[in-house]
Amino acid sequence: MSLLEVKNLSFTYGTGTAFEKKAVNDVSLSIEQGEFIGIIGHTGSGKSTFIQMLNGLIKPTEGQIFLDGKDIWENPKKIRKVRFKVGMVFQYPEYQLFEETVEKDIAFGPKNMGLKDDEIKERVASAAKFVDLKSELLKKSPFELSGGEKRRAAIAGVIAMDPDILILDEPTAGLDPRGRDVLLSQISSYHKSKNNTVLLVSHSMEDISQIADKILVMNKGNMFAFDETKKIFSKGEEIEKIGLQIPQITKIMIGLAKRGYKLPTDIYSVEQAVNEILRLQRV
Amino acid sequence: MLKEITLGQYFPGKSVLHKMDPRMKIILLTCYIVFIFFTKNYISLAIMAVSVLGVLTLSKVSPKLYFKSVKAIIFIVIFTSALNLFYGTGEPIWQWGVLKITQAGINTAVFVAVRIIALVLISSVLTYTTSPTDLTDGIEKLLKPLTFFHIQVHEIAMMMTIALRFIPTLLEETDKIMSAQKARGANFESGNFMNRIKALIPILVPLFVSAFRRAFDLAMAMESRCYHGGDGRTRMKVLKYSKYDFMALGVLTVIFVGVIVCNVMLPVTIRTGM
Ligand SMILES: Nc1ncnc2c1ncn2[C@@H]1O[C@H](COP(=O)(O)OP(=O)(O)O)[C@@H](O)[C@H]1O
Ligand SMILES: [Mg+2]
Repeated sequence: MSLLEVKNLSFTYGTGTAFEKKAVNDVSLSIEQGEFIGIIGHTGSGKSTFIQMLNGLIKPTEGQIFLDGKDIWENPKKIRKVRFKVGMVFQYPEYQLFEETVEKDIAFGPKNMGLKDDEIKERVASAAKFVDLKSELLKKSPFELSGGEKRRAAIAGVIAMDPDILILDEPTAGLDPRGRDVLLSQISSYHKSKNNTVLLVSHSMEDISQIADKILVMNKGNMFAFDETKKIFSKGEEIEKIGLQIPQITKIMIGLAKRGYKLPTDIYSVEQAVNEILRLQRV
Repeated sequence: MLKEITLGQYFPGKSVLHKMDPRMKIILLTCYIVFIFFTKNYISLAIMAVSVLGVLTLSKVSPKLYFKSVKAIIFIVIFTSALNLFYGTGEPIWQWGVLKITQAGINTAVFVAVRIIALVLISSVLTYTTSPTDLTDGIEKLLKPLTFFHIQVHEIAMMMTIALRFIPTLLEETDKIMSAQKARGANFESGNFMNRIKALIPILVPLFVSAFRRAFDLAMAMESRCYHGGDGRTRMKVLKYSKYDFMALGVLTVIFVGVIVCNVMLPVTIRTGM
C-alpha cells in the first residue's frame, strides 16, 4: 500500500461563474514512504492547487486522495488530523508569522495538536535546529528577523508538527542564491535524517534535479510526466518543448549526442557528465 | 471563497453605458434615486421600474449578476414590506386579531419593495459598468467645487481609489493567510465565542503587517514618481462628455418629466413623508 495515493484528481475554481477555471485535471499517482518528490511546472500549471488538495485545504471537485489507504474526505470532521500528518509550507511562508516570539510562533502548530508543554519545547528546539536558527533568535520577535531567517522560522513552524509528509511550495522563491542553496541542503538533510516523505515545488529544474528521487512535471493542469529523476531527463527534449528549462548540463549532453558522440542524455549533474565524457575518451 | 464577494465589482464591456462619462452616470443616478422617491402613483412607479429594466438591458451585464445583488438584500425587502403591509391606515380589507391589512398598507408595501429593488439595481449598474478609477475620477471632478471650502477633494479621491484597488488584494491575502494557519491546525469553525475571537489573531496580525508593508511600499513608489498631491497634476485620460451622455440625459429628462406629470395629473395612491 502506498503512503499517498491520488486518483483522478481534478479541481475547478469558481464553478458556475464567469471565472471558472480548471486548475488541475485528472491527476493520478502514488507516492511511497521516504520518497523525495520534486514538482515542477510553469506558473499557473496547477502545482499549488494540487498540493493544497493533498492536505485537505481545498476539497477536490473530482477524484479521491488516500492517505495510508484511507480517503481523507471520508470524515470531513477529521480533516485537521490530515493536516497534521501532511505538513504544508506555503509560498512566502514568512507572511504567516504572528506571535510575539519566534519560539511561540514555531509552537503554534504543535500547540494546536494538543501536545504537552515539554514535548512542544522539544519539538521547537529540534525544528529550529533543522533550519539552523540560533537559540538567541528564538526569543526575538519574528518581525525583527531578516528575510531569510523569517523564512526558516516559518518552515520550522511546520517541521515542528513532525508531519509524515512535508510539502513545500517554492520555498526558495525570492531568496538570494546562497540562501537558496543553504535552504535546499537543510531540507535535504531533514529528509535524510527523518527518512520521511518530502514534496518540493519549484520552477527551477536545476534545484530539483539535485535532490529529488522522482519528479512530477505539471503542464496546464495536467500531469505531463511522473517518473524517476533520471528517466525524466531522458525525455529532456519533450520537457523543453513545453517550455520548461532543463539543467544546462543536460542540454550540453543532448547537444553532444546530436553531434554524434555516444553519450547518454539523461545526465543532470556535472560530475556524472565528467565521468561519461572521460569514459568516452578512454575508449 | 472570500473572492466571490462582488463588492463594487466592475465588469469590463463595450456597452453604451460603459462608454458614458462617469460624471454623467453619477449625476443621473443621483437624480434617479431622488425621483424614485417622488413616485406617488402606480403609473409613475411603473415608468421608473421599466426604465431600470431598460438600463439593465443596455448594460449588457449578465442578468445573473443583477439577481445576485438583489438576492443579497431580499430579506430586507421582505421584512420592510411585511412591516408596512400591516401598518396601513384606513378600512381593513382583512383582519385577524390586531393584524389588519388595508389598501393603503398594500400600496405602501409594494412601493417600498419596488423602490428598494430599483435602488439596488440602478446602483449596481453604476459599479458594474464603471471602473473604480473612473468612478473616483468622476467623484473627484464633481466634488471639485468643495475645494473652495478647503476640503482636500483630490486626496479623498486618491484614498478612495487606493482603497478600492486594494480590496481584492487584501481579500486574496486573507484567504492565503487563513489557509496557511489552517495548515498549522488553526481552528476557526468551532469553539465558544472567546475562542473564536482568539482564533482571529493569527489572521489579523499578519494581515495588518502586510497591509502596512504594502502601504509603505506604495507610498515610496508614489514618492519616487514625484507624486505630490493634486495641484498642477494633469491626466492621461481626460474626462469628456460624449453623445451617449447627452442622449442619456435627454432620455432620463423625458422620464423624469413623465413622472412629474403623472404625479400631478393622476390621483395620488401613496402619501409619504417626501
Ligand atoms: N483562488 C483562486 N481562484 C481562482 N483561480 C485560481 C485561484 N488560485 C489559482 N487559480 C488559477 O488556477 C490555475 C493554477 O494555479 P496554481 O495552482 O496557483 O498554479 P501554480 O502554483 O503552478 O503557479 C491558475 O490559472 C490560476 O489563475
Ligand atoms: Mg504556486
